[in-house]
Amino acid sequence: MLEVTQLTKTYGRGASAVQAVGNLTFRVAPGEFVCIVGQSGCGKTTLLKCLSGLIPPTSGTAVLQGQVIDRPPDKLALVFQEYSRSLLPWMTVRANVTLPLRSKGIDSARREDLAEEALTAVGLSGFFDRYPWQLSGGMQQRVAIARALAYQPEILLMDEPFASVDAQTRADLEDLVLRLRDEFDVTVLFVTHDIDEAIYLSDRVIVLTPPPTRVREVVDVNLPRPRDQIETKGLPAFTRLRAHVFELIKREPAGSAGDEVLSDQHAT
Amino acid sequence: MTRRMRAIALESALPVLLVVVWWAASADSESIYFPPLREIVATFADVWLFDRVASDLIPSLIRFTAGFVVAVAGGVGLGLLIGLSPLLRRATDPLVDFLRTLPKPAIIPPAILFLGAGASMKVFIIAFGAIWPVLLNTVDGVRGVDPGTLDMARVYGLRRGERIRRVVLPAATPQIFAGGRLALAIALILMVVSEMVASTNGLGYFVLLSQQTFAIPEMWSGILLLGLIGYLFNGIFVLAERRALRWHRGWRAAALGQPVEAGAATTRPRALVAPGG
Ligand SMILES: Nc1ncnc2c1ncn2[C@@H]1O[C@H](COP(=O)(O)OP(=O)(O)O)[C@@H](O)[C@H]1O
Ligand SMILES: [Mg+2]
Repeated sequence: MLEVTQLTKTYGRGASAVQAVGNLTFRVAPGEFVCIVGQSGCGKTTLLKCLSGLIPPTSGTAVLQGQVIDRPPDKLALVFQEYSRSLLPWMTVRANVTLPLRSKGIDSARREDLAEEALTAVGLSGFFDRYPWQLSGGMQQRVAIARALAYQPEILLMDEPFASVDAQTRADLEDLVLRLRDEFDVTVLFVTHDIDEAIYLSDRVIVLTPPPTRVREVVDVNLPRPRDQIETKGLPAFTRLRAHVFELIKREPAGSAGDEVLSDQHAT
Repeated sequence: MTRRMRAIALESALPVLLVVVWWAASADSESIYFPPLREIVATFADVWLFDRVASDLIPSLIRFTAGFVVAVAGGVGLGLLIGLSPLLRRATDPLVDFLRTLPKPAIIPPAILFLGAGASMKVFIIAFGAIWPVLLNTVDGVRGVDPGTLDMARVYGLRRGERIRRVVLPAATPQIFAGGRLALAIALILMVVSEMVASTNGLGYFVLLSQQTFAIPEMWSGILLLGLIGYLFNGIFVLAERRALRWHRGWRAAALGQPVEAGAATTRPRALVAPGG
């Protein structure tokens, strides 16, 4: 489905250059739910920008279904971290969801159908004609997810989508994404800095090192599905995976302040 | 309801008071320059209901409207082009700065040479003067569109035309409206000036002619009408702005953590966005 080979990204040149992505190689199979975990500033957003064709990688390639990604692919949707900036405040919820469908050449009746289906699926049936700013943060992110699903992508990229909602909303949205993934039959590449979230959601977790960013290890998550917030997280296997990923991330800390993952003492 | 009435009462108190004072203070005036307000009002009714409506008021309004519309359309169009192209912006920056600071009445003489003293000259002068705040604010608005929003538009495959029409332009509307309001005031000024310099009708012409023929109450009645027109147009503009930017007030209120629906309905947008540049 998606093959990333020796991908690097350096912003700027010369003395002020910032190597945001060191060297990444991984693949995502069709139908998989893969999470990428790494601390803040390790280049997760940069990686997703390369994968969605917004910026060119400095070297290496990303290939989606045999096609090198050099511009935004039709079959790819992205849910941004900041829903408040990715939703258009001058459009209703419905218009936000149908907007991308115009450019796809979908006729207006079908656009409405797709939007209604997606909005209903994310639990917003009564809110078609509201404006995004009339909704709570969690609901706005649901709109963003509905927009992505109505776009009918084969792969859905999500950039820390639940980083700025409260814990209960976050748990609801995690379960929502798991359900939608089955319902809409979409491959998901989900970026987060939250270890629990990564293990809870995914089939595989790709653990990144601190900058210069590389793949530390790919961890298989063989937890039973359907997952359940209490049951799954109470399994001994979950606890073991959690400890393992935590250990992977803690090794060789970046030493920089302000990273969420390494909130406790440094170990070597 | 009572709050709204109190607000109206408060806002109209000062104008009403001024009129009353003017009326009383000028009642026994013998000065030919400051006739009693009573007389001005009577003249106003004589002249503007509806003797000189067709001969002076309508031509003025047509020139004003045409000039303003050209200024807004041109300002938004050129502003989009310049705002979307960093190259074009750098290339046009000095020229734009030169032209926008040029005192506009100065180009009336050459405009008369090239366009004559008719309506097209006046429309040109009005449009040329009023275009700048719209143009500069559009450039600012276009350049200020959130990069995250533009990323979204690209990821979701919006074509260029659609990106401009549905993303860039709406995002810039608050600034465009702020520029439009400045343009409105400038257009009115230049309408009067151009009619005073070279015209055989219009409100500016009427006020100057009245002064020159010592028809002082007529002169004041024309000034009064100009003031009323300015006030009326500004009011219409504010209403249009309020409708078009309803989302903007709601969005801002939400961003500031204020109750959204109530705030969106009641805030009065005097100056939503400071005009940039
Ligand atoms: N447009 C940019 N120009 C220069 N540096 C950038 C840019 N975007 C991100 N960076 C830098 O790249 C690094 C990775 O950023 P980012 O991809 O946002 O990380 P993450 O999403 O994992 O927090 C950071 O050091 C950041 O400061
Ligand atoms: Mg990020």
